[in-house]
Amino acid sequence: MSEISNQLENLSFKAQQLADQANDLASTVVETSGGHSDFLIFGITVLVLACFVGYYVVWSVTPALHSPLMGVTNAISSVIIVGALLAAGPIDSTISKYFGLVAVGLAAVNIFGGFVVTNRMLSMFKKKS
Amino acid sequence: MSNLSTVAYLVSSVLFIMSLRGLSHPTTARRGNFYGIIGMTIAILTTVANPGVLSYKEIGTAFVIGGLIGSVIATRIQMTALPQLVAAFHSLVGLAAVFVAAAAFYNPTAFNLGTEGNIPLGSLIEMAIGTAIGAVTFTGSIIAFGKLQGFVSGNPLVFKGQHFLNLLLGLSIIGLIAKFCIDQNPEFFWLIVAASFLIGVLLIVPIGGADMPVIVSMLNSYSGWAAAGIGFTLSNNLLIITGALVGSSGAILSYIMCKGMNRSFFNVLLGGFGGEQAASSSGGEKDDRQPKQGNSADAAFMMKNSKTIIIVPGYGMAVAQAQHALREMGDLLKAAGAEVRYAIHPVAGRMPGHMNVLLAEANVPYDEVLELDEINRDFTDTDVAFVIGANDVTNPAAKTDKTSAIYGMPILDVENAGQVFFVKRGMASGYAGVQNELFFRDNTLMLFGDAKKVCEDIIKGLED
Repeated sequence: MSEISNQLENLSFKAQQLADQANDLASTVVETSGGHSDFLIFGITVLVLACFVGYYVVWSVTPALHSPLMGVTNAISSVIIVGALLAAGPIDSTISKYFGLVAVGLAAVNIFGGFVVTNRMLSMFKKKS
Repeated sequence: MSNLSTVAYLVSSVLFIMSLRGLSHPTTARRGNFYGIIGMTIAILTTVANPGVLSYKEIGTAFVIGGLIGSVIATRIQMTALPQLVAAFHSLVGLAAVFVAAAAFYNPTAFNLGTEGNIPLGSLIEMAIGTAIGAVTFTGSIIAFGKLQGFVSGNPLVFKGQHFLNLLLGLSIIGLIAKFCIDQNPEFFWLIVAASFLIGVLLIVPIGGADMPVIVSMLNSYSGWAAAGIGFTLSNNLLIITGALVGSSGAILSYIMCKGMNRSFFNVLLGGFGGEQAASSSGGEKDDRQPKQGNSADAAFMMKNSKTIIIVPGYGMAVAQAQHALREMGDLLKAAGAEVRYAIHPVAGRMPGHMNVLLAEANVPYDEVLELDEINRDFTDTDVAFVIGANDVTNPAAKTDKTSAIYGMPILDVENAGQVFFVKRGMASGYAGVQNELFFRDNTLMLFGDAKKVCEDIIKGLED
């Protein structure tokens, strides 16, 4: 009886080891060929191209509207709310979730504040009547 | 991430680009702002539709509270306080970036970054960099806010070994990031945050109040790079594109501001410019010359009989809240048959374009407000130049005196006008601590007093 249980224990230990190895292997595969390292190069490509777009678009902004430009860029930089929402998403209460909720609140202040103040500024600019 | 949400994020990115594009002209600008709002709405809804996002109630509460606070502040803020508002908002983006990075570090599975303690190296580096930039943005913006609001002295705070200390801190942050990537220890994460908070403070304290336009733009840029950094952590193109747009926007604005002062970005960052230090170093030679002094009745009489008038407003006008009285004065002069225009120096005010907003708020039509290179040649054919609250940006010494602290700075050539009225509280020198040559020109009359009071007196004179 005890021999069988010993063997079972042994077996389960080996099974666990095998599972661990498979897990390790899987994570190495993810690291080397999987999504992330690919995304780095892809992301840098996007970043560089977007910088060029930003360069040309921003130089075309009339100097009179540089303050509203700061208002808009301030509002849209709060797009990090995307990350905050993902962090705050899970049902179970973890520290990570609370970080996410705080970030959602902070970003919301910015989104609303930025767009509202920009709209206020722009509504003041009037042509000679 | 499903293909559908990728496409939705792409639509948001395009809308954000279009929102900036709309700002190329005042007539399309409001539509641009609207594009931005739509883009943000799409981004938020797409994320909320993500299967991993389930706690709608809590998220909704946080969002509504934040949204209400933001809306109320933005509705109530005075336009003169715009620069500090923007600085305060930047600090929130920075802090939010730190929180998102912390959340990703503590619960990597929610972001597809492996499991706790087994986050891939690339993600760790991105996370650490995003955190550091966010933290610097946070404290840097708070100090900028304090300086603009007057909580912190606007004078540059300089001490011995300051730059060495910054260098040391910068290197230690790099060291901490390396250690963090190897150990994945939460302690090092928070040490990176703490060191970055500290360097954010130290970078901004040596910079004087009037250099704040550069700093506010620079922090604007940082908040963009922080968003882009988080974008790499989340493998999200929307964040990278938006971050790059905001980052380059802020960088370009800083460049324009530096050029407006003929100083290098590095020179501004090193700090110590302006305030008492500069005043004492250049105040060696005592000036005994007396400028000619006029009164508001003279000014009213002369301007009433002028054909062309250019008004040069500066930050002093904003401080005295004189923009409404100034516009009223301009209206009366227009009614008397004069052509009235406004000339704006690139660094007038405390943030890029600040003066334009203040004049627009006072109902000055935007086509009467011109930039330096649009109007500078016209001073020669102008009867009266009316300088109110500006100083260094009109100093002819910038063109002639090689020893001057402002030599080489582009200035408004007000001295070429037939008559210059210079509204000023007293004979104190401007921010750069340089005596303004203009005061002693034959065609300059000083009008001493509070900017608003002087305008109101002139209005009375014009109405008589």
